[in-house]
Amino acid sequence: MNPIRYFALTLALLSASVVAHADEIQVAVAANFTAPMKEIAAAFTKETGHQIKAAYGATGKFYAQIQNGAPFEILLAADATTPAKLIKEGNAVADSQFTYALGKLVLWSAKAGFVDAAGKVLATGDFQKVAIANPKAAPYGAAAMAVLKQQGLLDAVQPKLVTGENIAQTYQFVETGNAEIGFIALAQVQKDSKLTHGSMWLIPAQLYPPILQDAVILNAGKEKPAVAALMTYLKGETAQAIIHSFGYDLK
Amino acid sequence: MWLSNDDLQAIWLTLRLAGIVTAILFVVGTPVAWWLAQTSSRWKGPISAVVALPLVLPPSVLGFYLLLAMGPSGWIGQFTQTLGIGLLPFTFWGLVIASVFYSFPFMVQPVQNAFETIGTRPLEVAATLRASPLDTFFTVVLPLAAPGFLTAGILTFAHTVGEFGVVLMIGGNIPDLTRVVSVQIYDHVEAMEYADAHRLSAVMVAFSFIVLLALYGWQHRGRKET
Repeated sequence: MNPIRYFALTLALLSASVVAHADEIQVAVAANFTAPMKEIAAAFTKETGHQIKAAYGATGKFYAQIQNGAPFEILLAADATTPAKLIKEGNAVADSQFTYALGKLVLWSAKAGFVDAAGKVLATGDFQKVAIANPKAAPYGAAAMAVLKQQGLLDAVQPKLVTGENIAQTYQFVETGNAEIGFIALAQVQKDSKLTHGSMWLIPAQLYPPILQDAVILNAGKEKPAVAALMTYLKGETAQAIIHSFGYDLK
Repeated sequence: MWLSNDDLQAIWLTLRLAGIVTAILFVVGTPVAWWLAQTSSRWKGPISAVVALPLVLPPSVLGFYLLLAMGPSGWIGQFTQTLGIGLLPFTFWGLVIASVFYSFPFMVQPVQNAFETIGTRPLEVAATLRASPLDTFFTVVLPLAAPGFLTAGILTFAHTVGEFGVVLMIGGNIPDLTRVVSVQIYDHVEAMEYADAHRLSAVMVAFSFIVLLALYGWQHRGRKET
């Protein structure tokens, strides 16, 4: 066989095997889970050959898009209520919902030494702006409001609040220094179990209601083996180790 | 009440923002438009391109770099801090300045066109009648260019009302300060308050339609008369 024909045949066989086994999954992912999802997707693709196409954004926006026929097959939400609502309204597969991560809230500053380990800076008021995610739409924003109320600081801090549309924008406000401090997800500033930069108060979990982040299979992903494989993978050891290393708790 | 208090607040804030931005751009944009209309400098091309940039750049890009520039380590931020007025993001005047950048071409281009249409002839006639350049500008050029100014004003105002991406990036969504109508609608959608979103959007559509109708209706009539 001449080399060109041999090459063509190999190519044909290869692509045939790819078509047979590898699939593509469209996943809508809550903004706070961006970094861990990228690692999980890479590990998952390496192991199974399935490709993951992930869109990152606010859970509320995904909800509107899914209701109106967005082709997502899995939603990794930032809360537990949106997946439940999608199931109730017949847009997601019943019984497919589970908690893939428990979110942790931190008070963070891009400046080293600005936020103390007990969060006293909140009470001393030595700052102009504090950023939070929109409490109406983002669970981390609602959790931040709960902390402020619990500490009796809401009235004092209210005039200094600036609101990001989602947790990623809230991080941006603090990272650029336009807000000195902000309530964000631990996952945004932790990698390999270490704070990447700045200073933070790891807020004790009893100060806010648990941030349950639930996954659900959407109607477009019903009975698709690759989709089921990813859901199983998220509960498996490799994914859980990654999720944990970014600072989430597991249920 | 048909619209909530928050919605009315957002509408009033938006109208105030658009009004102030339009007023500032009349003052800032006119000299630039005049220079561009008159000059034969080799800088005309590059400057025209810079003026038109906001038409092309995604608002999120513009907004992000304004956030960096106005921040504590950005050049605008350092300047405003030296002046003792603090940082601009999350303030009403921060939005005003960002919107001036964003709406700049909508003022400059129609006014420049109007100036160019006048040509040099009326200016030469005025000069032979010993009118000073400044006199000529106010008594000859401005009245002749009035239709261009009207178009520019309406477009600038309407475009600022419709602004979203830039405001989202540097506004911080503060009620009565930076939460304009477009952001308020987005908020309603995010919070799944679709009925509120529909109501406010209806107001926005009606307003935009009336503004554009007034503009095109007026332009159409103007063309018939001449």
